[in-house]
Amino acid sequence: MTMGRRIPWQRALLYLVLVGFAAFYLMPVYVLVVTSLKSFAEVNLYRMWDLPHSFSLESFRKALLGGFGFTGLAHNFVNSFYVAIPATLASAFLGSLNGYVLSKWRFRGSNTLFTLLLFGMFIPYQSILIPLVQTLMKLGLYGSIPGLILAHTVYGIPITTLIFRNYYATVPRELVEAARIDGAGVLGVYTRIMLPVSMPGFVVVMIWQFTSIWNDFLFAVTIAQNPAVQPVTVALNNLAGSYIVEWNVQMAGSLMAALPTLLVYIFLGRYFMRGLLAGSLKG
Amino acid sequence: MRRRWLKGERLITLLLLLPSVIAVAVFVYGFIGWTGYVSMSNWNQLLPDYTFVGLRNFLKLFAHPRFQIDLRNLAVFTGLFLTGSLAIGFLLAVLLDRKVRGEGFFRTIYLYPMSLSFIVTGVVWRWLMNPGSPQMGSTGINLLLEKIGLGFLKSGWYTDPRVGIKAVAVAAIWQMSGYVMAMYLAGLRGIPEELREAARVDGASEWQVYRYVILPLLRPITLGAIIILGHISLKIYDLIVAMTGPGIGFSTDVPAYFMWETTFHANRFAQGAAIAIILLLMVSLLIVPYLIFSVRREAEV
Repeated sequence: MTMGRRIPWQRALLYLVLVGFAAFYLMPVYVLVVTSLKSFAEVNLYRMWDLPHSFSLESFRKALLGGFGFTGLAHNFVNSFYVAIPATLASAFLGSLNGYVLSKWRFRGSNTLFTLLLFGMFIPYQSILIPLVQTLMKLGLYGSIPGLILAHTVYGIPITTLIFRNYYATVPRELVEAARIDGAGVLGVYTRIMLPVSMPGFVVVMIWQFTSIWNDFLFAVTIAQNPAVQPVTVALNNLAGSYIVEWNVQMAGSLMAALPTLLVYIFLGRYFMRGLLAGSLKG
Repeated sequence: MRRRWLKGERLITLLLLLPSVIAVAVFVYGFIGWTGYVSMSNWNQLLPDYTFVGLRNFLKLFAHPRFQIDLRNLAVFTGLFLTGSLAIGFLLAVLLDRKVRGEGFFRTIYLYPMSLSFIVTGVVWRWLMNPGSPQMGSTGINLLLEKIGLGFLKSGWYTDPRVGIKAVAVAAIWQMSGYVMAMYLAGLRGIPEELREAARVDGASEWQVYRYVILPLLRPITLGAIIILGHISLKIYDLIVAMTGPGIGFSTDVPAYFMWETTFHANRFAQGAAIAIILLLMVSLLIVPYLIFSVRREAEV
């Protein structure tokens, strides 16, 4: 019954299935990498799966810097960072405050309030898009990076609150009580007890927020249509829909647009997982 | 059990919550109300017209051929996407739970698509599912299938209206099944080995152990996965934009796509708002009971 006595071919079959699935998941990346590295002369749809004969970074250069009637994605990358970094920090900070109060200073109705906050995480954003555009126009923020930052910050509050509330729930009550006896108030407990142990929570929340904001398309395409402020997802989609841009340039552009979140995933995968599982309401 | 707080301290805790509460109250609930109001207005041209017309926009929408196709597509997409992701995710979790060498390596590969934007996924899969032509030869997956001798599996993918949205579901399963795997794997790790051992001692076959011991214990995870995937599925938009657009005869169109197009291209704001409200109601039916149940159950513990 134990693993050691298992018939070898069953084991072999197991690994065969695992490797087969790995090939399925890696297939698009294979095409992305192989195509981006081919020179323009070598790009051929009917040889899509062939390895490149020589390495060429032409596609990357063109995807980033443009040429022949297309401007390149370089400044869109910068835009994405301009949006993602402040919005990530702001929503993480607000989530931390909310999580602290909702886990350690519960009051009558705090669970109801929490449920009402959480609902904001699941709504289809189509249902707030028209008023959002109207409001941003009135505030003079429509079509600007600050407008996009505002949207991502506000709609990020539910998930950051959820993750921090679950995280702070694991901080022992006794620690809080002890600080209270030492005379710490609401803010004192937060700065002296909670913040110093918050690092892992912040990492999880910030990875989650950075990834979702970087990958966002709906807000970006609605609020930031102007090419000067377009984040990379919108620019990539336009690039892919354009017939003047070659296929290998599209692949190189996609690879680069994927890279920041992919790197975060590869190097901080453990925290990425935690955010992922927190998204399903389990702490 | 409620402690007596000093008045000042309670005030501070409320002040800490206030910015977020106001923001969510306005941007989520206020805006939803506003959208609801627009959906019952006459605003079907560029300039706002808030004349109340009742449910007229909704009635027109349900009679609209495109919207009927969209709802059918959404049902097909959701069904395929959910069954595909759950089945593959569960299979991979079970396999990886069998003390596999290099588990971390496999897990990383299965899960990485989660970190990508649906736009990247859409752009890549559009090329992968580009069928090529009989004259010029196959491309993408069709070409690969030919090469490995499975040419009979070739398909027109999203360019064939009979396949349409199902092709998009394949790309979505590719992206999200790893997530289900991660959830199930976490669940499997939480089941003590003694439980399985006890069942085996009682003479249960390996299959019976999974069917009668493991699966029932994983039911909360299955439910959670259905909720998460279900609400993603109902909102699916980016992937369609990047991969196919509305397709031939709207064969890959979904309500979220119709909503954006009719609102921001055709300036039919009231119609767009009506679609948005229908989407919201569908998502709410799925989410609200789960949300209330989760928070309440947790409060009891």
